[in-house]
Amino acid sequence: MTRLASLARRPWIWSFVAALTVWAVTILFTGGASTVGLSQAALTFAAFSILVGIGQMFVITLGPGNIDLCVPATMTLAGTVALKFMNVDNSLILPGLIVAIAIGVAVGIGNYALIKLLQIPPIIATLSMSFIVQSTAIWTNRGLRIKPPEVLAKFTTETTAGIPNVAFVALVLSVLAFLLLQKTVYGRWIAAIGQSIRAARMAGIPVDGTRFITYILCAVLAAICGYLLASFSGGAALNMGSEYLLMSIAVVVIGGTAVAGGDSNVPGIWGASLFMFLVVSMLNTYGAGAGIRLIMTGLIIIAVIVLAGGRNPNQR
Amino acid sequence: MRKILSSDTIRLLIPALSLTILLIAVFYLQPRAMSYIGLNLLFNLAVPIALATIAQMLIMTVNDLDLSMGTFVSFVACVAATFLQATPALGLIILAAAVATYAALGVLIHVRNLPSIVVTLGMSFVWGGLAVLILPAPGGQAPEWIRALMISKPPFVPMAIIASITIAVVAHFLIMRSSFGVILRGVGGNARSVERAGWSILGARAATYALAAVFAILAGISLVGLTTSADANIALRYTLLSIAGVILGGGEFTGGRVSPIGAVIGALTLTLAGSFLSFLRISPDWQIGAQGAILIIVLGLRLLLNRLERREKRA
Repeated sequence: MTRLASLARRPWIWSFVAALTVWAVTILFTGGASTVGLSQAALTFAAFSILVGIGQMFVITLGPGNIDLCVPATMTLAGTVALKFMNVDNSLILPGLIVAIAIGVAVGIGNYALIKLLQIPPIIATLSMSFIVQSTAIWTNRGLRIKPPEVLAKFTTETTAGIPNVAFVALVLSVLAFLLLQKTVYGRWIAAIGQSIRAARMAGIPVDGTRFITYILCAVLAAICGYLLASFSGGAALNMGSEYLLMSIAVVVIGGTAVAGGDSNVPGIWGASLFMFLVVSMLNTYGAGAGIRLIMTGLIIIAVIVLAGGRNPNQR
Repeated sequence: MRKILSSDTIRLLIPALSLTILLIAVFYLQPRAMSYIGLNLLFNLAVPIALATIAQMLIMTVNDLDLSMGTFVSFVACVAATFLQATPALGLIILAAAVATYAALGVLIHVRNLPSIVVTLGMSFVWGGLAVLILPAPGGQAPEWIRALMISKPPFVPMAIIASITIAVVAHFLIMRSSFGVILRGVGGNARSVERAGWSILGARAATYALAAVFAILAGISLVGLTTSADANIALRYTLLSIAGVILGGGEFTGGRVSPIGAVIGALTLTLAGSFLSFLRISPDWQIGAQGAILIIVLGLRLLLNRLERREKRA
């Protein structure tokens, strides 16, 4: 029982419990007919939320006020430009990925330059940046819908051994992120900065460099997500990132990462992302309309945070 | 710049200055805007944005952030275009319930020590869902009285200007001059000392949220007065616009440092930036981007002036 008790204290466990419950309820309703399809769809769509969620988590860990609102615009720009660059040519898949990553790096540098040089609060800095990035995407896209290269489209939509390929990508990047957070100095540094930026500075941590890298990391993950999502959905759309703004924040917080910073949690993002998708599909199976679905989603987010939150009374 | 200017005045100076420069630029590009009708057209849409900005500013005064502002204003707009128009009594009850919900959110956030960002994020789905339920497709009709008020033409000064000044003055007295406002800003600055001085922080938070809801409701109603019909997504931009307006007007995210007059000026600047860009004949592709650029330039100016201020203090 002690093992169970220590498991219950993990902040991420609740998002998995919630996801499993919703999954079971949905399966029960359909009498088990949709088990495989639902699980595969959940893993596929959760994979995209996980990618942006991990990036957002790194940024949120930096402490109060750190949030990247540029995520949707970065996704859109990376998706559009990468598809345009590849131009349905299978041999350009890898260079296309590099183009997407380069866009992420550029956006990240821009974000942090605004935060540091102009001393703008991160929310406003990334917001202004997102306006500019979104405009660039509109300018490059011009309403054209270029298809992804066939091999890439196949890769993103198909499964290997029953598990969607994009979920594998998300898994690899999650493990890397987990190792980065738990086993490297960099991971300790961002946690330290999130707990107290002054103390971190006095301890000799390169605060600016660490924050700089973190904003780049977040933008790069968003760019990779945009690249995959655009290939998955058969072309980049200008609004393809919009729902991921709130989603990226929601999965981080439901996953048990402290909003006040300094305490992050990779496994929780998986639970939360699966949960967010499954809630919507559960409400769909029960035949709820769009309005009811939105209301239920909102109430569930609040219920989760009320139940799981308030752990640390000293933090906001 | 001698001692006469307090640092609060300097904070207000930058937003005012940027608004003036933008206005001059617009007049230079399009001299016909320098008229009664021109000014009204330029600032018409600023009225709901200014009200939403004041609402966001109230929440920011107590160190919170409301990410549901846009969906809430949309929800109110839908209520105003349907219930408030057809059955005013029922409409008022719904709006009163919305205010009560906001107050309850304030209590919940305080009692359970929850991050306001997440709770309001959840609420943004709820308001959005309710708005979709009320108006699944764009439609409805604005109540006659608000339509009449929004398009009324008072002598000499356009309605939009009068409304903006009224909003700024009312908010200024409420936040900067009343004892209630002092407690609010105290909660943002140092909640513990306010509590030790014998005030209820719980009450203050609940009141802040309720008051913010009132301003947001006014924003929704005035928006419907301008557009004559509503839509569940009508004001989604307001979440980010209102935050940007507060910051542009010299407010801070923490510490209860806000400026109501600055917030209204910030909202006006953001609205004017859109018109300025269309007068410049910038391709529509770049309009949003240029708005971002203007935001960055104004904030850069602020940094510059803050540095000057600090240097003067040292001297």
